[in-house]
Formats: sequence, structure tokens, C-alpha cells
Amino acid sequence: MTSTATTLAWRNIWRHPRRTILTIAAMVFADTLLVFMLGLQFGQYSMMIDNSLRIFTGQMQVQASGYHDEPHMYRSIPAADKLAQRIRKQTQLDAVSPRAYGFALISSDTRTIGAQVSGVDPHYEPRVSTIPGLVKQGRYLGGRMDNEIVVGSILARNLKISPGDELTLLGSGRDGSIAATVSPVVGIFESGSRDIDRQMLSMPIDTFREVFSMDDQAHSIIIGGDRDQADRIAAAAKAALQGNEDLLLLNWEALLPGLKQAIQADFTSAWFMYAVLIVLVAFGMLNTMLMSVLERTHEFGILLALGVRHGKLGRMIITESAVLALTGMLLGMLAGGLLTWYFLVNGFTYPGMEAMSERFNIPSVFHPEVSIRSLLPGPLAVFIATLLASLYPIWHMRKLRPIEALQAV
Amino acid sequence: MQTPFPMLITIAWRNLWRNHRRSLIMLAAIAIGLWGMIWMTALMRGMVDQMIDDAISTLSGHIQIHAEGYLDDPSIEHTLPGVTQNPQLHTLLNSQQVTAWSQRIRVPAVIRSERDIYGITLVGIDPQREKGLSFIADSVMDGQYLKSIDDKHVLLGRKLIEQLETKLGRRIVIMSQDPDNNVAERGFRIGGIYDTELQATETSYVFAGIETVRKMLRMGSGVSEISLLGHDYRHLDGLAIEVRAAAGAAETKTWLQLDPYMASMLDVMDGFIFVWFGIIFLSLSFGLINTLLMAVFERTREIGLIQALGMPPGNILFMVLIESLIMLVIGLLAGNLLSWLTILPIQDGIDISGVAEGLEWAGMSSTLLPAVKTSDVLLANAIVLVLGVAASLFPAWRASRKVPVEAITRIWQ
Repeated sequence: MTSTATTLAWRNIWRHPRRTILTIAAMVFADTLLVFMLGLQFGQYSMMIDNSLRIFTGQMQVQASGYHDEPHMYRSIPAADKLAQRIRKQTQLDAVSPRAYGFALISSDTRTIGAQVSGVDPHYEPRVSTIPGLVKQGRYLGGRMDNEIVVGSILARNLKISPGDELTLLGSGRDGSIAATVSPVVGIFESGSRDIDRQMLSMPIDTFREVFSMDDQAHSIIIGGDRDQADRIAAAAKAALQGNEDLLLLNWEALLPGLKQAIQADFTSAWFMYAVLIVLVAFGMLNTMLMSVLERTHEFGILLALGVRHGKLGRMIITESAVLALTGMLLGMLAGGLLTWYFLVNGFTYPGMEAMSERFNIPSVFHPEVSIRSLLPGPLAVFIATLLASLYPIWHMRKLRPIEALQAV
Repeated sequence: MQTPFPMLITIAWRNLWRNHRRSLIMLAAIAIGLWGMIWMTALMRGMVDQMIDDAISTLSGHIQIHAEGYLDDPSIEHTLPGVTQNPQLHTLLNSQQVTAWSQRIRVPAVIRSERDIYGITLVGIDPQREKGLSFIADSVMDGQYLKSIDDKHVLLGRKLIEQLETKLGRRIVIMSQDPDNNVAERGFRIGGIYDTELQATETSYVFAGIETVRKMLRMGSGVSEISLLGHDYRHLDGLAIEVRAAAGAAETKTWLQLDPYMASMLDVMDGFIFVWFGIIFLSLSFGLINTLLMAVFERTREIGLIQALGMPPGNILFMVLIESLIMLVIGLLAGNLLSWLTILPIQDGIDISGVAEGLEWAGMSSTLLPAVKTSDVLLANAIVLVLGVAASLFPAWRASRKVPVEAITRIWQ
């Protein structure tokens, strides 16, 4: 019996090939678009996250509680080097590096500018940040104890300095004492992020500690590694933190809440567009199914008169729309997947992208993502919406009485 | 024999309502499609307008004049003579073309409280002239706005107050560099605290009277920048040329040139709106063609009959087109009404502060004002109407090509 219903449904669908093809085409069009847009969005998001984290932030950080909201120098991590070593052991990850931050008035021969100074471990820093690899002039920092500085490119330009020049630093130390030193500039880096290049310079962490009276402390321990492994790394790092109630492990969402919310805002506004598109396709399906029911009033009358129950007719109509919707979904996923895959291989860009990419630290060519989460949600939403749309014709058909239906032309 | 035009309209109108369910569904689809077009563009336009407003009122103005080299190296070394030294520019700034203007000193500086120290931008302003030009005049929430160009107080953003762990009335020290590259230092009392939508603004700028800043920096009558507002932020090229001529060797730039990101946002927005209209229209057109094809198909016999009675094929084509046109017009009317009714209640803005930090990241504030532009609404209507009629040509053409004898003899279905 089931196969009869399916055969009937299949034949009914093809009674109007043109109508059926147009209806499926509408679904395929919407599905393709949804798959491509979602793939593009996800590709864009992971690129934004990776690029933002890679420069300086790292995957997660250990900080003293309260430091992230109000970064005061006295909110620091005691015995930071030992703790970093413990985290390295627990997570079996080399990419763990302590950092300390301070603020100082930086003077060159001709200029004085206030900027952030970070004390970094020259050995481990290259594993958590791309800055050491982006030195455009001179070299990166050498030993932990060396008295030397690397400077962001815009800051260097504003200070009118090049490698070999000396800078005077004047700030206040952790205990409130005056922190002052004179250090030679050994390198100039260009991270591509305007904010970092404009207001940051780094020096070896032990030199920094001496200048800013920090003992063995740090303000943050940066943990790098792969984002896919973030859960495992976080669990291991938490274990290493046990016994230090004052310390917090912050993930990237906590470190860069702006980035997370920007992604959320973009995602929400995108779904408004998708919803309009899905509703329009559902209306098309509603019209098709309603037509195919109305034009068969006479035929349904005969079937009813022959003793076929309403329920069975309803099932047949549902099967028809399900077959239509399923065909649309599969073809749509195929077409959308192929289109997205094409751009995954060849890259995708649009005019105006360069200025945007500079602002958000992303390359101006996108590679969309082809995955379950980009392939499935759109077509599935269209599938469900079109099935829902076919309920109205069924509800309409259930009111049919054989005699009246037979009298209909 | 030609069928009179009014009769064609009557036939089309009656045909449309023979299957009222189908027509109503199609009307609803057109209305919702148009609603989606208008809403989405209103929200996106509102967003960009807001970003531009914020950018312009955050000290940019429509046009800025700087000394040669200041933009690359914003230091006290690069200053302009004040406006009063340049009669031609002074006359232009006070003319009808300029709605507001002011001159400022803007230099990098360091601010220190008892507790902490931060890098900021010190802005020396003429308090009266900033009114209507930048945000600062109406953003002071605690304390008082500056009274004159030699006011001894400074204005700090609320976030900076928190970071420095200080408060209204307390003293802070500001350090910068004078023209001879010596450290210039001076204590100020905090006279006011200002609030802005963007935290980055609150932590970046500290305002003081321009004369006070000049004294602190031991400089003459120079200024770092002259900022002015024209009438329309989109059409500034004419004014910019005149200002450039009057300002001489200085660098004159419009806000679009100063902020390439905003400029490209405007372009991306226009492009996006076109693409979005296209997408909506395409998804509508599938349904439209389908509906008309069905309407024509189920009338095969009838069309054959009127053709046999002498109606020329051209008229049949016309009849179907009119039917589609009526449907489009009613659908569009409903769609415009729906858009108007749904945008009216949120004229005062939508609160989207839930994602405030993310929006701040992109330079936006957390209230969204939908901006309905007549040109967008007209474009949306025109696209649906014109392309809709064009899409109906195919079903209409098929209707007119039916051969009378075959059509009449064709049994139902």
C-alpha cells in the first residue's frame, strides 16, 4: 500500500512538470544561497578569530582576578615563571609564555610619547604571538636579561627612531617607585594591526622586572596552541592552577568580548535576511501545493466516493510535498556545496574588502567553509518551512465531501 | 478586431479573483518580499548613518585642515596659524556654506593620577565654538562644561576616571612635549566628566581650554587643526575645493578621505542593497511565474475560445500582463503599508545594547535608528514592478501562442 501511495504521489508531482521544476528551482536557489552565505560567514568568523588571537592575545590567558577589567600593575601573578613551567608540563604544550605590562613615557632625541611596554620571554614569545616573526627592521629580542627594545612601526615613525637609537623610558614601578631606564632599539615590528603598531614596545621580561620592580611576577601567562584543542588545553591549565584561588583562566571570548559580540551581531542580522528568504520560498511551495490540491477536487471526490479515507489522501499530499521538498533540499545542498567549494579553492572577495580587512585583521580574500554546519541548517530550514506550508492545502482538503467534490469542475 | 482597453482591465481583474486563495498567497509573498527589502535597507542605512554621525561628531567634522605632515606625525611640531591670521579662510568659514567651525590643539600626552598613568590625546578647544560641531559640548554629565578658552579645568571621560581611580574635583597631571622637545607638565583640576556611546572615546580624549593648553605647551597662537561642518556629509567636494584654496599650503581633507574605512562601508552598503534586492526579487519571481503559468494553463480552453471569437494574440498577452501588473501593484501597496506600520513604532530606535561591545568594536553605538530613505523605497518598488512585469512576459507569451482549435478541443486537464 505504501508503495502505491508513493507511486501516486510521484506521478502527481510530474503532472505539471513546469510547475514542479519552478518550485524545486526556487528551493534550490534559496538553498544554494543559504549554504554559500553560511559557509562564507563561518569562514570569515574563524579567520577573524584566528587572526586576532595569533598576533598577541593567544588562545587563553592566566591573569590575576580583576586585572582584565582594570589593568592595574599591582594585580599581578606571583612566581609566574614557575607557574608557566607547571602549565607547560600539564598541557604538554610549549606555547606558554609569561608577560608583564607597564606604562611609560618614551623619549627619543626629538619626541616624547606615552606607550605601553610589555616584558616578554624572548624564548617562548614566538610560540604564542606572531609579532617576533614580523620584525621588519633589525632583529627580535635576544636573551631574557638583555637590555634592549623592539618597537611597533607607527610608534617608531612617530618617535623618529630606527634600530640602533636609544630610548629613555620613564614610568612608575609596581610598588609606586620611579621606573626609569635607557635602552637601545634593536628591531621594529609591523603586526598589521594599527593599534598594536601605534602603541606598543617590548623588552625582555627580566629586564622589565628590574626596571618596574616586579620581582618574579607577571601580569599574564599567554597560552597558545590549536583552537580545536582548546578544551583539552583549558582543562590541563586549570589543573596546573590549583591552589591559586586568585588566578583566573580566561578564554578568547573573555579576552576579546568585542570580537565575540561582533560575530553574534553579524550572525543575528544575517538570520533576519535568511528568514525573509525562507518565508518567500515557503509561500511559493504553499501556492504550488494548494493549486495541485484544488485542481484535483473532482478526482479527490471520486477517491472519497470509492471509500478512500481523508487520512490516506492527506498522507498522499504530505508525501508529495515531502518528495518535492527533499528533492529541492538535496539538489540545493549539492549546488550550494559545489559553489562554496569553488570559492574555497579559488577564494572570494568583494569591492571595499581591503579597507574592512585592515580594520578587522583579516585577509581581503575569503575562503568559505564547507562543513555540516554550513551545509545543513539553511536547506533544513527551507525543508521544514515548505513542509509546514503544505499543511494548509491538507487542512483545506479535509473539509471535502464526496458529493460536492464530484460536482466541482 | 481590437479589444477595448477598459474591457481588458475588467477581464484581467475578474480573472485575478477567480482563484482568490492563490492570488492572496501571491500578494502576501510580494508584500513580505517588499517588506524584507525596505526593512533590511532601513536597518543597514540606520547603522551606517549612526556610524558616520559618531565619526563626524568625534572630532572629525566634515572637513579638516591640518598643517602639512600632522596626519603622519600628530605632534606639536606641525601647527597651523590660527584662523584669524588668514582673512580669506575666516570669511569663508563665516559664510553660509559652513554651519559650524572651530580650531583645536590636539597632541599626544600622558595623564597621571595618584594611582595610575595612561596615554591620551590632549585636546585644547574653544568651548563656545564646539557647540553643534562635536559631541563634547552636550556630553558632560557630571560637573561643568568648560566656560572659556582659558578655563583652568579639564574634562575626562567616565571610563578614564575609573581607570585612573580618581573623581570630579581631584587633581591630575598631564605631560606632553613642547615645540622645543622639552617635557611640558601641568596639574589640572577635573572640572567635568563626559559620557559617550563608545568607551574608546572616553579613554582617549581629555579636553581643556585652548589658551590653557597653549600656555602649558609654551607655544604661540598656532593650532593643530581646523574642523568645520558643511550642510550634507555626502556632498562636500565643492566646499572642500574652496576651503583648500583658502587654506593655502595646509592639508585639507574631507571625512571620507580621513576615514577610508567609513568611505568603503558606504560603498559596500550600496552594493549590498542591490544584491539583497536582487535576491528577494529572484525568490519572488519563481512564485510569480508559477502562479501565472497555472492561471494561464487552467484557462486553456477559454483562451482558445476568445481567440476563436477573434481576440488577437497581442491582446491576450496584454491581458495576462495586466493581470500580473494588478497583482504586483496591490502586493506592493500592501508591502509599503506593512513596512510603514512596522517601522513607525521603532522610529525612536531599537536598543541593541546586548551586543554593545561588539558594535563598539566596529565603531557603532548601541541604539539602532532605522533610516528609511525615499530613494531606497522607490528603488525596491521599481525593481519588483519592472522586473515582475518582465518575468510575466514568458507566461503571457505562452498564453498568446495557443492554437485555438487545439485549445478548445482540449478536455479539462
